[in-house]
Amino acid sequence: MRYIDDTVVMKRMTKRIIFNKVWKSLFFLATTFALVTLAILLYRIVTQGADYLTIDFLTNFASRFADKAGIKAALIGSLWLMVVVAPVSIILGVGTAIYLEEYAKKNRLNDFIRMNISNLAGVPSIVFGLLGLTIFVRMLGLGKSVLAAGLTMSLLILPVIIVAAQEAIRAVPNEQREASYGMGATKWQTILHVVLPAAIPGILTGSILAMSRAIGETAPLVVIGIPVILQFLPNGLLSQFTALPMQIYDWAKRPQEAFQYVAAAGILVLMIVLLLMNSIAIFIRNKFQKRY
Amino acid sequence: MVSQKENKTSSVQQLIANSRNHKMKKIVEKAMPALLFSAALISILTTFGIVFTLIFETFEFFKRVSITDFLFGTQWLPFSGKEPLFGILPLIAGTLKVTLIAVVVAVPFGIASAIYLSEYASEKTRRIVKPILEVLAGVPTIVYGFFALTFVTPMLQQIIPGLKLFNALSPGIVVGIMILPMITSLSEDAMSSVPNSMREGALALGATKFEVAIKVVLPAGLSGIIASIVLAISRAIGETMIVSLAGGSTPKFDLDVTDSIQTMTAYIVQVATGDAGYGTTIYYSIYSVGFTLFIFTLVMNLLAHYISKRFREVY
Repeated sequence: MRYIDDTVVMKRMTKRIIFNKVWKSLFFLATTFALVTLAILLYRIVTQGADYLTIDFLTNFASRFADKAGIKAALIGSLWLMVVVAPVSIILGVGTAIYLEEYAKKNRLNDFIRMNISNLAGVPSIVFGLLGLTIFVRMLGLGKSVLAAGLTMSLLILPVIIVAAQEAIRAVPNEQREASYGMGATKWQTILHVVLPAAIPGILTGSILAMSRAIGETAPLVVIGIPVILQFLPNGLLSQFTALPMQIYDWAKRPQEAFQYVAAAGILVLMIVLLLMNSIAIFIRNKFQKRY
Repeated sequence: MVSQKENKTSSVQQLIANSRNHKMKKIVEKAMPALLFSAALISILTTFGIVFTLIFETFEFFKRVSITDFLFGTQWLPFSGKEPLFGILPLIAGTLKVTLIAVVVAVPFGIASAIYLSEYASEKTRRIVKPILEVLAGVPTIVYGFFALTFVTPMLQQIIPGLKLFNALSPGIVVGIMILPMITSLSEDAMSSVPNSMREGALALGATKFEVAIKVVLPAGLSGIIASIVLAISRAIGETMIVSLAGGSTPKFDLDVTDSIQTMTAYIVQVATGDAGYGTTIYYSIYSVGFTLFIFTLVMNLLAHYISKRFREVY
């Protein structure tokens, strides 16, 4: 006795199997769409910008003439920006993460802090620019300085660092804390000497990725009103400055075609900086991260 | 300091109690939580700072421009000398045009690649593709803006002859490409967390992989997928550099996507890069536009939060 008739099964299944195959290739094509776009984007920028990316380009100041335009002020300015952003955002971010993971009890205030951080992560960067313009530039009178822009950027990337640090701290197993308490260490000693050292690779990885986001952000700088054509380098935290994305934005906006190539060269510099930072982050993650 | 002699006779507990370190330790133990709490307060202060600046300056704006004109006016002409018009609808129209095009691009491609990665792709493929998507997500938006202006627009002009240099279509597509990795990655997470037993059950009943993906995995992960789309929409609404480079600066209240537009974010950039003096109506107008933008994205973010919490299926 036969329960299954092969010919009937095949007749009904063929269509469904073909359907499966067709859709599989469609899904695959959709995935390659993103990859192809990335490839085109990188190819375009390299071919457009490579010729302009010379030593002169790196050491010249901005200019009204495309062939004399350089990126020195913007490159150094972006580094100055990091001088403010790195310490401020890491100290505040890691501090908040330690508080939330190690000290915060389950109550309304702490729930509110958590909710608030996730909402802050969704606020458009240009709105942070408005905040920086009002509070730092005007109310505190810092002007369009490295400090004002740096504080604004720090607040912008704070949620990213907090979340990364929280995850890193959470990944430290409780046995380690208990062992530390068992040896007679206090809570803060445990955090400082046991939890933080174990969490540092994760915290650093997250912080570097957040930092690279800050280097690429343009909108807050535009709103604060960071100038573009500067013929000098910043000499302090209250000094005027310009940054890589600002410089690129200015070049990209110009009608002369030659500036398109200058902009592409600027983008190349920016992408190389980001690539370096990301490889450092990946290196730290692979080299130092432990699994318990 | 405890002398050497006493030291020998006292017990360990006394030693600890006597040490000067102990006092310091006590102070540190008390002070650190308070110090860390104040770090946590900064994020709350930031939110308050944002809300208060926006409300305060918008209030100043509404002293000069009537709130009904602002909300229902169909003309945004802030620079027209004698009688500037501040009706926000054209800016909202521009923003929604770009967002809609972005969603049309990003949602099908994003979900399709999420299905591929979670249901069809091998572990190896997933390990290669996911980091590449992360690179795509990490490209600064100014680079996308440049890409839209110098590559996508000229390419589209070959296909659509009437397309202006500044239009809604090109930045819309590029914003779509920008938010695509977000949808893919979050949707893939949602689908991957659907337990294998459900897939195996369906396969055992004779379903094909495609049927499993569409009829089992997709509905089971739907809340996460929808939340990822809503979050992506919020990102698209707040996107600034792509639209201000490739969208133009002509606020219009219509449905044309081939013509120059202006979004809320692009207007703020236009004023910020121009010379609107402090205290002028135009200066305050960027806060009113910023406030509107903030409300739009806040609603979207809360909605995404609510969807992923309310409709999450637990297995």
